[in-house]
Amino acid sequence: MFAQSNAILTVAPPQKIVAKRGSAATAKLEVVLGAGYHINSNAPHEAYLIPLRLTWTPAPLEVAEVVYPKPHDEKYQFSEQPLSVYTGNFEIATKFKAPADAVMGPAIVLAKLRYQACNSTMCFPPKTVEVRLPVDVQ
Amino acid sequence: MVRVRLSAALVACLLAVFASGCSSSRVKAASLKPDSERKAAPDFELKDANGHTVRLADYRGKVVLLDFWATWCGPCKVEIPWFKEFERQHKDKGFAVLGVAMDEEGWDVVKPFAQHFGINYRIVVGNDTVADLYGGLGALPTTYLIDHDGKIAATHVGLSPKGEFEDGIRQLLEARGGISSSPAVLVRTK
Repeated sequence: MFAQSNAILTVAPPQKIVAKRGSAATAKLEVVLGAGYHINSNAPHEAYLIPLRLTWTPAPLEVAEVVYPKPHDEKYQFSEQPLSVYTGNFEIATKFKAPADAVMGPAIVLAKLRYQACNSTMCFPPKTVEVRLPVDVQ
Repeated sequence: MVRVRLSAALVACLLAVFASGCSSSRVKAASLKPDSERKAAPDFELKDANGHTVRLADYRGKVVLLDFWATWCGPCKVEIPWFKEFERQHKDKGFAVLGVAMDEEGWDVVKPFAQHFGINYRIVVGNDTVADLYGGLGALPTTYLIDHDGKIAATHVGLSPKGEFEDGIRQLLEARGGISSSPAVLVRTK
């Protein structure tokens, strides 16, 4: 609904993971947020706020769990109560499971990271970043 | 002598600031553009909560505070009580607040939010086309003060001091030869 603003948040290309059939593997996503900006955590205190959300299209793997980092509460000029936010650099881990019958070989697993950022006086439209995770199923 | 005069002026200025309760409500609206530099506010047509068509052009003849906001925007929430107050104070004086909610989810989220916050001014739900007309709206809140002739007199991006809005509204209403008791234009609806 809006023009795309400058990169407030960047996601480093994730490193390839090796997943053996019938076992687990973890992928880590490094997120860098520009100075002075914050994004809502995955569990904001107020319902109207847009949470950080990492959504995978995991085939040929299965998602066991997405582990968000521990957020911190911060009070801003515009908020009566502290907000649950992320700032700076942080990491989101995803625990995958490779099914016993998973197709072997290289694959790309896709994800979308949706976030909504603000600074102390203004907010920026929600944005979605596409993530491509190289996977080697063995 | 000059130094004494300057000091006296400074003291008078400081007293004036303290007399106003050190609030931002006395901030001068320095950002109000001169008439010659004002450009026409792009017209648009959007629906209000009752499904009625609202055109910005319908407000011609009024001073309009056009507020682009969203339910997920914390700084926008701070300004809402101010805008409610402006609407209450000046709605019979040729002034109106028009809120354009930029929520992708539309009325499903905007309606309950507006009810919860007791918004007393008209709200419409925006779209990409309108955002583009206003430069893409890269950040919210983005608020425009529009003069009687439908021209943009001031633009505020981000949370701005209440006094800047107040002073701008007052100046624009006064520019029309005082504060009239009846609206200059009736709002047309379909």
